[in-house]
Amino acid sequence: MAKGIRDKVAILGMGCSKFGERWNDNAEDLMVESFSEALKDAGIEKDQIEAAWFSTAIEEQHVGKSGIPLAMALRLPYIPVTRVENFCASGSEAFRGAVYAVASGAADIALALGVEKLKDTGYGGLPQRSRGGLNDMYWSNMSAPGSFAQLASAYQAKHRVSKQDLKQAMAHISVKSHDNGAKNPKAHLRKPITEEQVLNAPMIAEPLGLFDCCGVSDGSACAIVTTPDIAAALGKKDLITVKALQLAVSNGTEVQHNSWDGSYFMTTRAASKRAYQEAGIDKPRTAIDLLEVHDCFSVTELVTMEDLYISPEGEAINDVRDGFYDSDGKVPCQIDGGLKCFGHPIGASGLRMLYEIYLQMQGRAGDRQRAHDPVLGLTHNLGGFPHQNVCSVVIVGQQGA
Amino acid sequence: MTVGIHAFGAYIPKARLQREVMARAYSWFNPSLASLGQGERAIANWDEDALTMAVEAARNALTPEQYTQIDGLYLASTSLPFQDRQNAGIAAEAMHLGNDLHTMDITGSQRAGTSALLTALQIAVGNQRNTLVIGGEKRQTKASSPLQLTSGDGGAALLVGPGEGVATLVGYATQSVDFVDHYRGQNQPFDYVWEERWVRDEGFLKIVPSAVRQALSNAHVAAAEIDHFCFPSPARRVADMLAKTLGISDSAVRDNLQGRTGETGSIHALLMLAHALEEATPGQLILIAGFGQGCDALLFRTTDQIVTRGPMKDVKQLLSAGYQDDNYHRYLAINDLVTIEQGLRAEVDKQTGLTTLYRNREMLLGLIGGRCEACDTLQYPKSNLCVNPDCGALNTQVAHSFSNMPCKVNSYTADRLTYSPDPPAYYGMVQFDEGGRAMLDFTDIFSDSELSVGQAMRLMFRVKDYDVTRGFRRYFWKAVPIDNAFDNNGKP
Repeated sequence: MAKGIRDKVAILGMGCSKFGERWNDNAEDLMVESFSEALKDAGIEKDQIEAAWFSTAIEEQHVGKSGIPLAMALRLPYIPVTRVENFCASGSEAFRGAVYAVASGAADIALALGVEKLKDTGYGGLPQRSRGGLNDMYWSNMSAPGSFAQLASAYQAKHRVSKQDLKQAMAHISVKSHDNGAKNPKAHLRKPITEEQVLNAPMIAEPLGLFDCCGVSDGSACAIVTTPDIAAALGKKDLITVKALQLAVSNGTEVQHNSWDGSYFMTTRAASKRAYQEAGIDKPRTAIDLLEVHDCFSVTELVTMEDLYISPEGEAINDVRDGFYDSDGKVPCQIDGGLKCFGHPIGASGLRMLYEIYLQMQGRAGDRQRAHDPVLGLTHNLGGFPHQNVCSVVIVGQQGA
Repeated sequence: MTVGIHAFGAYIPKARLQREVMARAYSWFNPSLASLGQGERAIANWDEDALTMAVEAARNALTPEQYTQIDGLYLASTSLPFQDRQNAGIAAEAMHLGNDLHTMDITGSQRAGTSALLTALQIAVGNQRNTLVIGGEKRQTKASSPLQLTSGDGGAALLVGPGEGVATLVGYATQSVDFVDHYRGQNQPFDYVWEERWVRDEGFLKIVPSAVRQALSNAHVAAAEIDHFCFPSPARRVADMLAKTLGISDSAVRDNLQGRTGETGSIHALLMLAHALEEATPGQLILIAGFGQGCDALLFRTTDQIVTRGPMKDVKQLLSAGYQDDNYHRYLAINDLVTIEQGLRAEVDKQTGLTTLYRNREMLLGLIGGRCEACDTLQYPKSNLCVNPDCGALNTQVAHSFSNMPCKVNSYTADRLTYSPDPPAYYGMVQFDEGGRAMLDFTDIFSDSELSVGQAMRLMFRVKDYDVTRGFRRYFWKAVPIDNAFDNNGKP
């Protein structure tokens, strides 16, 4: 196997806009908001950035195609700007591009910026749109919640879990994320909720109710990356470096071959295994201090705990109920509120997850700060549908960890 | 040349709208509807039309071997989805009958069904060819119209060709008379109907006897010998009055199914014929008449084969295993008879690339997938590289038809977010017992259905999307829970 990315690239600065229903802002306003914070945090001038990766998934709803919208919004000085789209893993994909550019020596300092402006559709939830000419003719009439909801029926059947037990664990997940989001001034949803509210909410796609679904938000997040040497030369101490960057993409096995039972993510298992190897981690349950996963729906977070090899298979429900993933638990998950409450501007989400881990590792997370600064953190994105998806796993940590 | 019927079957949509509810809803406007407010009528689901019901009737009629014996396909209906795109060709593609096929739509009159059957029989006599006659009807009717209560939706199918079959043609006659009891002009959605007493006295009771007498005379059969008389009019006692006029015995007059399906328009005579064939014993005479700007009269005699060669799915079970539907508002909404707020999600453009459709027509209309010749793995859709992770062979897949394969639910949901004309949208992963799977829409899930992982399903050809902007509709296959009463001839 290749040597991998471990400790070759450091995060120099990060920024994140307020997420939410930003009725009065364009995507460009959000981009400038996150970038200004990151530039200040990095302590560099804009013209020191040598290349940029720009992620957005539903560009027809706001900025349109290509890297031009980023270059124009930030007035970048005719540097390379690459626009990337890989469903909900787009933000992590932009980060991957920037980190690889620095690791290869092609650029000393690179930018990854993601943005999404979703609240211009006239209705709640993700925009309904074509999935491709031929796909539209035979794919089922599915929405995001409807495809992820099916994890529940398959998980129940496989692990012989009652509907009530699963639904209650899912409710715990949502209540926990609302508690965390309430402490985050940049989060979209900041109101704590009760388990009773979750269980009695209107049904969206069985068994997912309203509070089992994440918010759809406007927002932007970004990272400026460089080599550890350059970061040190710029006066940065206690560097946070990249330990692993992995991506796994469905090849049709899940949707076409009967070897997959529908209760888990083949991609997450493949990507996380490779990521732990790249980062030199043997026991993720004890090594990882902080998780930011793709909790688009409560049930996704639940099965992801197993697919990341934190909870043993079939036992995530117990860990969830025991508070293992709560903000004061062993391995907090979504300590910033997650997609559920921080919000989910698709192209920005992967970078937003890194932003929280970056803040926590520097002791800058305010009311949400862990008592002991985390050493290793993992972010995880899922794009698409359980039966056909893109999964990214990124591990970052203190330099030398 | 002896020609006959070699297979027969029907399709009746599962939902049966209760007429009492329909009559009550508009009694404030038309109190006389109360006299029609008994029994129930079959209503097509939102994703069914004349074409899909005709296809399902054929699937209920034919044995697997009979698919390979078909030389022609005639589709009869007055409510066909396309005015200019041959509808029979879509049905042929759905049943993958191949390109060496004489296909034709027969329409324009309430006797389209009997005329299609008669033409197919004449082709059998002249050319010794086997023709599959299918028909479906889903008429648009106005709220508070008697026709909305008396008509019904359904399909019928008959395979005719050389040889005695289960019933042999013994005589026929056809007459053309431009008697306009009702009409539907170009670009008009609804029928314009004249006074029913005139229709009965000058139409049914004068035109039908003339054609029937000629058919009996051609066959050298006396009216009193008729065992089953199928006359599709919903008008009360008309069949009895015709029997009396003609000398057919009272007991030969068959139930017009008005209490159960309603009159399924131009194919109702064929539906009644399928029902009669199922109940007939060897050597019986069956007379059917189709009325509409003239009359077709056809006379058949059942053979010994009628005992052993029934339809794949019994008409009797289809008739009795309905879902009692009392939601008249839903009927109005799914038939575009009220303007319903569909929400912004309904606005997604449904344009179909005709190049894309043509290139993939076997995959989409016929549900043809692939079987890898290297490892035998079944997969949908067919592709260049085998999906089996242990195989992955290149260019090894041969066509494999999935539409009649048994399958089960692997995962499912009921989705209230996505747009559906009849929410929630049910869909899920369906796994075929012999291999292969697909994420498919489910349909015909009524409030008494309970879905579960492992639930047995079967596939049906349905409308996938309506492109209202362009008047196009897409067809694809959907999964339906197997209902023992409905699907297995009552056997568990």
